[in-house]
Order: sequence, then structure tokens, then C-alpha cells
Amino acid sequence: MAIPSSISDPFASKFLPSSISDPFASSYQPSRISVPVKIEQTQLTTLRRSHCSTLKASMGSPGFTQQLNNNKLETLADVKDDRDDIFNDLKDRFLSFKKNVYMANPEQFENLAKVQVPKFMVIACADSRVCPSSILGFQPGEAFTIRNIANLVPTFESGPSEVNAALEFSVNTLQVENILVIGHSCCGGIRALMGMEDDGNTSFIKSWVTNAKNARVKTKAAASNLDFDGQCSHCEKVSINHSLVNLLTYPWIKEKVEKEELSIHGGYYDFVNCSFEKWTLDYRGTKLEENGRIAIKNKVFWY
Amino acid sequence: MDITMAIQSSQLAIEQLKNLLREKEELNEVVTTKIEELIVELQGCHPHPIDPAQQIIDGFTYFKFNNFDKNPELYERLAKGQSPKFMVFACSDSRVSPSVILNFQPGEAFVVRNIANIVPAFNQLRYSGVGATIEYAITALKVKNILVIGHSRCGGISRLMSHPEDGSIPFDFIDDWVKIGLPAKTNVMKEYEGYDFKEQCNFCELESVNNSLVNLHTYPYVDREIRNKNLALLGGYYDFVNGEFKLWKYMSVVTKPITIPLKTNDLTI
Repeated sequence: MAIPSSISDPFASKFLPSSISDPFASSYQPSRISVPVKIEQTQLTTLRRSHCSTLKASMGSPGFTQQLNNNKLETLADVKDDRDDIFNDLKDRFLSFKKNVYMANPEQFENLAKVQVPKFMVIACADSRVCPSSILGFQPGEAFTIRNIANLVPTFESGPSEVNAALEFSVNTLQVENILVIGHSCCGGIRALMGMEDDGNTSFIKSWVTNAKNARVKTKAAASNLDFDGQCSHCEKVSINHSLVNLLTYPWIKEKVEKEELSIHGGYYDFVNCSFEKWTLDYRGTKLEENGRIAIKNKVFWY
Repeated sequence: MDITMAIQSSQLAIEQLKNLLREKEELNEVVTTKIEELIVELQGCHPHPIDPAQQIIDGFTYFKFNNFDKNPELYERLAKGQSPKFMVFACSDSRVSPSVILNFQPGEAFVVRNIANIVPAFNQLRYSGVGATIEYAITALKVKNILVIGHSRCGGISRLMSHPEDGSIPFDFIDDWVKIGLPAKTNVMKEYEGYDFKEQCNFCELESVNNSLVNLHTYPYVDREIRNKNLALLGGYYDFVNGEFKLWKYMSVVTKPITIPLKTNDLTI
């Protein structure tokens, strides 16, 4: 990072104009490792002592700290700087979690700090509307989670990727007992898959959703009478089952499912109607040889 | 919550006892037997084993009644489309869900989670999974901020720091993934040589976030949006041991050029 101070620096006068109230202006450091701005904890706690608050938030608006340095004690409420909007926003968010969740369950978080023992591994879409913690109420420590476009699971043969690294860790090291693949309505990734054309244009999205091309083939065969939206909805569910079958291509997953140490479930969240479907893969009934046709059991639907 | 806490406590105790058996080989038979008995006893004393289906039903029911049904306008809007301001990279670790620790409501953050919250550099032949998320977030969703959050006690970083020097058998996939963080490890080993392993891991957890931020910038659309001042890259670190959160900005500075003239009368350069 450049230091706009030395007189002999030929570029000193050539910096693109930066805002005077840049919160990080005082924290440029020439170290090879860029050290994050750590707000001095003592200054914040001095201000808040009267509230008997034990919030040890080491994060505050950097602009606020500069003002403290100028010996002007101002309350947090008085500090308003539009450029720090995002920082204030994130700060408030974390403090809300800290107060309502973290400090409210000290023993639980102390245990969690030592070890995590989640029972679930969840594979969900990165879509902002479908966080598994929000819609299914997973608490800290309960679900080891992967989120990617269209909640896809590539096959074992497709080579190393972030999905199978996470599968390896959760199944073999954490030894989770359940894998849950959650799909959802209006999925952009599935829409891209269904609308994809073989026009020679490449993009990451295309390369990625191609992992589910079998689901597209099956959908076009089974639901050709539906309009495009209908086909996409159908494909969202077919793709979940396709991912479940792909899970079984991993030998260590298959072994555990056979021994009934691991269960594989599919889930579908429809946020238009607010409903949730869940089903479990029936390993005994599944015939992988027949074009990957799976058998399911314990299907439930809540709305 | 009480049942969950009780179960977690006993699970923690079981883990620690198992570690004891693994690490202390010189324990005599009597002690070993006693420890094994304790483990079995603890495993058997869960008051109510968790039924996964029931847990999910309860979770969804709670969400539906307390959130979805109470905010019809929000969910009607979200059903038509999403326009999150944030894209978040977080670790898959069960303890660090961004929605929980940063209170993101549905619609606010496009979240990608993988082991050790790693972002590989732009590579058209590999890592299409991460590439697709960045491509989608920037070109389709037009997010304004990308936040990469690291955390304490990260298993992925720990693996990066310990392998292959510890001589362990390589994993099929994990090692291939975490080695993307090698530049961070190299920096830490150089800068913090001689430090305790756990401290080195802490530094690497932070440095790996920076490595990911630098890698983010190698994506052409990310670079374009940064230049147009439409996008900010932020680094974060959730320390759940001390209950703290660090937050910082990634900035790249490009100065205006100086002109070196072709001819000069001054020969004393």
C-alpha cells in the first residue's frame, strides 16, 4: 500500500484525490502483511462503563476512534459519516448478534469454541433468500454448510473442487450423520441451466451448471408440455435428486450410507408459497444402474 | 436450548476423552478401560436423541410463523427477485453462519460458503464453482460489497499450516483446495517464524482473507467495478473465542503517471 507522505516520493503529488475523511487514512502501513485496523478496546470501554456493558466489541467506526484521539469524547450516536455507512451497518449487525445471542448463551459458545460437532451437512444455494440458518433455524454448531450456485454436487469423477473438499471433511473428519441438499423456487442457476444454449460462448456460470446437465435432459423429457417457468420449477427438484445420486458416487459416502451411519435427504423451499418439502434417499430401493433412478422415503410437506 | 446444551456438553466431553485415549499412549489398562466406560456412559445418556426430521420441521415452522407470515410485503417482493447489497464469502464451519453472526435477513446477502472461505484467483479452466458465484453476483445481481470473513480455530487453515510438514497422509480433496491459501502460509511462516503453531494459524486465518481479497481482484468484472467505484472489497474476522469481530477494507491505489522526457540537458542523472 502506498504511503502519501514522503517528500522525496516522486508520486507524492500524483495520488488520485482521496476523501479527507477516509477512515483508514491514518492506518496505511508498509508491512508485507496488511494488518487490519484494530480499534483500541480501552477507548470504547471507557465510554461505555456507565452502562455496565461487557460488550468487548473491538470493532467500531474508525472515524469514531480518530475523534477520540482528538480528545473529543462523543457518543456513538453523534458520529455520522455517510462514507462509514457500511461499517456502521456491519458493526450494528455484529453487536446485535453479540448481545442477543452470544452473551445470552455463554456456556454454549464456550463449548463451541473448543469443538464443533454438527449433525448435519447442508448444501444450499447462495441465493440471498434461502439461508438454511434462517429458514430451518440451524443454530451455531448444528450444520456444516456449503453454499454455491444452484446447490449442486459434482460427481466424484469430476475431480477436486470446493464441494468435495467440504464433503470429505464433514463426512470423514466431522462424521456428520445427515447430508441435506436444499433447492428452492425461482433459482437463477437452474434457470441458466435450462436456458443455456450451445452457442460456443463460455462463462463460469455455464461451466458450473453443466454439472447438472443430466437433470436438464430428464426435465426436458418429462416436462416438455410445461412452459419455461414450469420446466424450471420441475428441474429445481430433479436437480436435487441428481445431486443426491452424485453424492453416492463418493465411495466413503456410499459406504456409510450402506452401513446406515449416514442419511441423505433432499429438501425444497418454495418461498412464493412458503412451503417446505423434505424426503430421504432410500438406499435399498435405489437402483443406480437404471439411469440413476432413485427411490425416496419419508416424504413430508409443510405449508 | 437446555437439551441442546446438555448434549453439546456431553459431546464435548466425549471428544476430549477420545483425544486423551489417542494422545496418551502410555496410559495403563485400568485407566484406558475406565475412560472407555465413561465414553459409553456419556453416549448413552442423551435424554432425547435428535431426530433430524423433527428438528427441521420445528425450525421451518418457527420461521414460517415468526418471520414469513409476519412480513408479507417483504416476502412478496423477494418472491419476484433478489437485490442483495452484499456478497459474503464465509467458512462452512457450523459456528460461523453469516446470517447468524451478522444478522442478515433474507434478501440481504448472497452467501458463498466453502472450507476456509477461500477465493481462488481467476482461472478459466478450474474453480468454475466460485467463478460462477462471483460472475453471477457482479453481472446479474450487481452487489455493492464483497465481504470475505475468516474465523478463529479454522480447521481448513490449520490443515494448510500443518500439511505436508507433519507427514500425514494427504486427503483426496481437502489438500487440493486449501493449498490455494499457500501464499498466506508462506507469508506467515516468514514473518512469524518461531511463533507458537496456534498463533501462526491465527495469523494465517487473517492473512488468508487478504489472499482471497487479492484473488478477487483478479476477476475482470471485479476489477472493472472497483475502478468504476461501484464495488468495495472488505475483509472480516470473527473470533468466537473472544467474541470479537474485525473489519477492514481492501484498497488498491493507482497513481497518475509521471512523464520522463525523451531528451534532457541535465546529463547528471
